[in-house]
Amino acid sequence: MSPPVAPPGWSRWLVPPAALSVHLSIGQAYAWSVFKPPLESALGLSGTQSALPFQLAIVMLGLSAAFGGTLVERNGPRWAMTVALVCFSTGFLISALGAATEQYWLIVLGYGFVGGIGLGIGYISPVSTLIKWFPDRPGMATGIAIMGFGGGALIASPWSAQMLESFGADHSGIALAFLVHGLAYAVFMLLGVLLVRVPRTERPADSGPSVLAGPQVSARSAVRTPQFWCLWVVLCMNVTAGIGILEKAAPMITDFFADTSTPVSATAAAGFVALLSAANMAGRIGWSSTSDLIGRKNIYRVYLGVGALMYALITLFGDSSKPLFILCALVILSFYGGGFATVPAYLKDLFGTYQVGAIHGRLLTAWSTAGVLGPLIVNWIADRQEEAGKHGSSLYGLSFGIMIGLLVVGFVANELVRPVNARHHVPAPREAADVARQQPESA
Amino acid sequence: MSHDSSPSPPDRRPLIAFAWLWVGAPLAYGLYELVLKAKQLFTG
Repeated sequence: MSPPVAPPGWSRWLVPPAALSVHLSIGQAYAWSVFKPPLESALGLSGTQSALPFQLAIVMLGLSAAFGGTLVERNGPRWAMTVALVCFSTGFLISALGAATEQYWLIVLGYGFVGGIGLGIGYISPVSTLIKWFPDRPGMATGIAIMGFGGGALIASPWSAQMLESFGADHSGIALAFLVHGLAYAVFMLLGVLLVRVPRTERPADSGPSVLAGPQVSARSAVRTPQFWCLWVVLCMNVTAGIGILEKAAPMITDFFADTSTPVSATAAAGFVALLSAANMAGRIGWSSTSDLIGRKNIYRVYLGVGALMYALITLFGDSSKPLFILCALVILSFYGGGFATVPAYLKDLFGTYQVGAIHGRLLTAWSTAGVLGPLIVNWIADRQEEAGKHGSSLYGLSFGIMIGLLVVGFVANELVRPVNARHHVPAPREAADVARQQPESA
Repeated sequence: MSHDSSPSPPDRRPLIAFAWLWVGAPLAYGLYELVLKAKQLFTG
């Protein structure tokens, strides 16, 4: 399947909504928790069992992004978006069958395995295309798409909850909800499939420097460079630090102010979690766009350096000032989102646009690692501290100290990032074409 | 001096508006629900 080339006059402003239609859909994954309580009561599942489809989906996201990236580069964004649509939608339809027949393994297979492949391929599908259309503002362009992944849960969470309320939370109601999700997301994602185009030339009109300016490195060579692994550490540390707050946000704010004159209610804690989601989303577009102005290395200095400072402030003064605690947590979460959204542009700066989507896919294994590391650190330490008789903010002091350490490691890794050695570069097509053109003339 | 006789490309603005509305409307709904929930931090 050859990539769809834009006809003359095609606007590059049609590409971000194409990307958003995919990312807003697959971002539903973070709203899986809405289905957990109904599934547990309808099918007699434990909390651990009802989390299986989501966990498998995230594992498949990482694997399909890592191993499918080269295919995405070869076949183009329309092929990738079609695969994402088919897998994500079919995953829901298989899950609907599983709920209707009370066969839970079908839900795990459908949502987790098949749908998870859709997540991974969908996540990386628009990245290199956006960078090629917006070589002047790659941070902003990928920030819009990756903001969509955060926004997907904001849409799906209330939408799915309302659907379950209307259809009923028994197995047939859940089956109907899965069916509607599968069909609605297929229609919604179709816009992306129909609209996405690759630019006709290597430099779209009014877009500044050439896409092929600078070094070009293949995905196979990129993973052999220290720059790739430095960025892997940077992303892993930044995500771990964000998850450290995100994972236990509601109990954390309650614990921090439990012994004060202004304790936080469960309702207010839910509001705090919602505010963190907003900061996460705003950081994706805001900080990533800022990176186009101040540079990728500098913005990661901010994410990691100021992030460590925010954790230190929470640890030292967090329980004495609620506004300070909330502000620091919001800043940390905005850096968490910004780190995700800025990394494709950082990869483009280092490795060029040649196979940036595939390289991005491989880098997302850092996300999978952080997804295990972050919750493990915060939950395990908080449990041990509780066993040791600690309470309130002291439950989190040690894990926050570890987070500061991890951010410092990420900061050092970012400082170690240098331009890629020329031996890893592939010749740019234009250079190759120029050489080929000059040969007959000189002959 | 060359003269371009090819027809001018179609106006893409209606398509751009439709595409952004397609993704913007559900996102606005999600943000509205988020604001309602976030307000609980100050009122709950």
